Amino acid sequence: MYAQMVDTGANKLRALEDMGPEERAFQERVDADVKIEPKDWMPEAYRKTLIRQISQHAHSEIVGMLPEGNWITRAPSLKRKAILMAKVQDEAGHGLYLYAAAETLGVSRDQLVADLHAGKAKYSSIFNYPTLTWADIGAIGWLVDGAAIMNQIPLCRCSFGPYSRAMIRVCKEESFHQRQGFDIMMTLCRGSAEQKAMAQDALNRWWWPSLMMFGPPDADSVHSAQSAQWKIKILSNDELRQRFVDQTVPQADYLGITMPDPELKWNAERGHYDFGPIDWDELYNVVKGNGPCNRDRLQTRVKAWEEGAWVREAALAYAEKRAARAQKAA
Amino acid sequence: MTEDRRVFDYLLRLADSDLVLAQRLGEWVGHGPVLEEDIALTNVGLDLLGQARLWFAYAGEVEARFAEAGRSEDALAFLRDSGEFRNLLLVEQPNGNYADTMARQFYFDVWHQLLLVKLAHSRDPRIAEIAVKAEKEVVYHAERSADWIIRLGDGTDESHARIQAAIDDLWMYTGEMFDPDEIDTPLAEEGIGCDLRALEPAWREAVGSVLDEATLTLPGGTWMQRGGKKGVHTEHLGHMLATMQWLPRTYRGAEW
Amino acid sequence: MERSEWPLWEIFIRSQHGLAHKHVGSLHAPDPEMAIKNARDVYTRRNEGVSIWAVRSADVTATAPGEKGPLFEPANSKIYRHPTFFPMPDEVKHI
Repeated sequence: MYAQMVDTGANKLRALEDMGPEERAFQERVDADVKIEPKDWMPEAYRKTLIRQISQHAHSEIVGMLPEGNWITRAPSLKRKAILMAKVQDEAGHGLYLYAAAETLGVSRDQLVADLHAGKAKYSSIFNYPTLTWADIGAIGWLVDGAAIMNQIPLCRCSFGPYSRAMIRVCKEESFHQRQGFDIMMTLCRGSAEQKAMAQDALNRWWWPSLMMFGPPDADSVHSAQSAQWKIKILSNDELRQRFVDQTVPQADYLGITMPDPELKWNAERGHYDFGPIDWDELYNVVKGNGPCNRDRLQTRVKAWEEGAWVREAALAYAEKRAARAQKAA
Repeated sequence: MTEDRRVFDYLLRLADSDLVLAQRLGEWVGHGPVLEEDIALTNVGLDLLGQARLWFAYAGEVEARFAEAGRSEDALAFLRDSGEFRNLLLVEQPNGNYADTMARQFYFDVWHQLLLVKLAHSRDPRIAEIAVKAEKEVVYHAERSADWIIRLGDGTDESHARIQAAIDDLWMYTGEMFDPDEIDTPLAEEGIGCDLRALEPAWREAVGSVLDEATLTLPGGTWMQRGGKKGVHTEHLGHMLATMQWLPRTYRGAEW
Repeated sequence: MERSEWPLWEIFIRSQHGLAHKHVGSLHAPDPEMAIKNARDVYTRRNEGVSIWAVRSADVTATAPGEKGPLFEPANSKIYRHPTFFPMPDEVKHI
C-alpha cells in the first residue's frame, strides 16, 4: 500500500491484562472506537509506528507526483492536460495533509523530508516503476489509485484522529482520480489498434506491481497484527488484495484487455478470483532500492528540495525583517 | 485582412500566451521549492490553461466564419507549428530558477491584468465575457507574483541577487507587450481590442512600485526583442512544442 | 544549511452555507499573508469556502487531556440545555 511493511517495533501482541493501567485505558479506548488525539497518552511504539506509517504515506504522495508529472507536458489534449495537472496537484495536497497529521505527533515536516532524502524513510514501491506511455497515466489512475482508495477508505476509521481526518479529506478528493484513469483506458480501448495495444501494454506492466502495493502476505506478520490491534490498519494485506482483484477483473473485461496472469480465474466455490503467485523477490528488491526508478525518484526530490532552499530562506528572512521593522515602529 | 481574420489572429495571441505559460508552469509540478508553493503555482497554471481553452474555443468559432471549418482547441494547440504561434516571447522563456519563473510571471501578470480590465469592455461580447472571468483569476496571480518579488528582493542577499538578475534578463521581452501592430491598432479603434501603448504607463508604475518595495531596480534598457505576435520566436518555443505536440502528431486523428 | 522551517498555521474556513469557520487543516507559511494565500490554494481548490482564518499553531491555547473531566463532564448533567429534554405533544406544531 502507500505505507508498506511498517515496522511497529513489536515482536508479540500483548493482552489487556499484561498492560499497565495507562496502556490498558488506551487500548480500551481504541477498542471502543474512541479516537486518540495528539495530546492523549499513547504508547511510544504507537506514536513511532504512526509517524512511520503516516510519513510513508505522505512520502508516497509526493514521490507519486513524479511518474505522473512526467506526462503533464506531453498530455495529448488540453482537457487531459488540465485533468492531469489538477490530479498531480491533489497529490501534493494529500502529501501536505498527511505530513500535517504526522506533525501533530511532535515531528517536523523538515525532519520527515530529511529522512526520505537520506534513504531512511520508505515510500510505496509502486512509484519506482516508469511511466513509458500515455496509457500508463490511465493505468495508474485505474489500478494504483484504485488500490490506494481501497486501502484508504477503511483508514478513515483508524484510531488516530488527525490521520483519520486527513484520510477523509483525501478520499473525498480522490474519488475522481480512479475514474479519470479508467476514462483514459476506455478511450484508448475504443481507439485505434495502436492505442488498444498501448492500453494492454500498460496493464501488463502495472498489474503485478499494483498487487504488490498491498504488501507481503499476512502469514506471520507480527507488525500487521499489532497495527490491527491499534486500529491503524483495518483490513489485512491479503484481504485488500483479494478485494482489489475481484473488483478489477470485471473492469478489465469491460475494457476488453486481459490481466497478464494465466492462472487468473473465477473460483465459484470461494466466490473470488484465484490468481497466480506474486514475485515477492521483486517487491523486496524494489523496496530495498533496486527498482527501475528508485534512484531517479529520490534524486529528483532531493534536487527540488535543495534548489528550493534559498527560496524558503528568503521568505523567512523577509518575514523576520518585517516583524523587526514593525516592532521598531511600535 | 478581413475583420474576422484579424479577430481570429488576436484571439490566438491571447490563447497562445496563456497556453505557453501554462505549459511552462506545468513543468514545475512536483519540483517546486516547498509543497504549498507547488500547489499554488499549479493553480496559476490551471487558471491559464482554462483561459487558453476559452480563447481557443472562441477562435475556432470565429475561424468558421471565414474558413471552411473552425478548428478545435486541440487542433489549434497541437497541430500548429511554432511559426503559427502568436504568444509573447516572454512566456516561452525557460523556467530557470525560481526567481526567473517569478520575474516572468510578475511581468506577465501585471500586463495581463491591465489588458483584461480593458478587454472586459470589448464591443465583442464574447471577448468581454471571457475577459471578465479571466480577470478575476489574474488579479490573484498578480498579487501572488508581487508577493514573491518582494520576498525574494527583500529576503536574503542571495535571493536579492537572483531576482534582480532575472528582472534584468527578462526586461528585453517586455517591450512587445506594448507594441501594437496592424492587427492591434484597427481592433483597438473599433473597440474590440485595446490600446496597448496606453497600458504601458500603468504597467511601469505598478511594476516600479513593487520593485521599489522589493529594494530592486527597474531596468533601464530600451532595446526590446519582438516577433512573438508574428510567429518569430526564440529557440525555446520549438523545443516546448516538440514535447507538447509529439503524441497527437505521432498518432494523427486519434482521440485521447 | 537551512536555518529553520516555515512556521505551521492552523486554517479555518467558512463555507458558503453561513456556518461558522471550521478547522480544515494546517500548512506552512513564512508570514500571515502567505498563510492566507497558501490556504486559499491548498484548502479551497474545490470552492470550499468564502472566508479564511489563519492562526499560528504556536498561538493556539488548547485544553489538556487531563482537564477533560472537570471541563466537559459538568455539561453532561445539564441535559436541559438540549431541546430534546422537553418533549412536546405531537399536535403542537412549529416549536
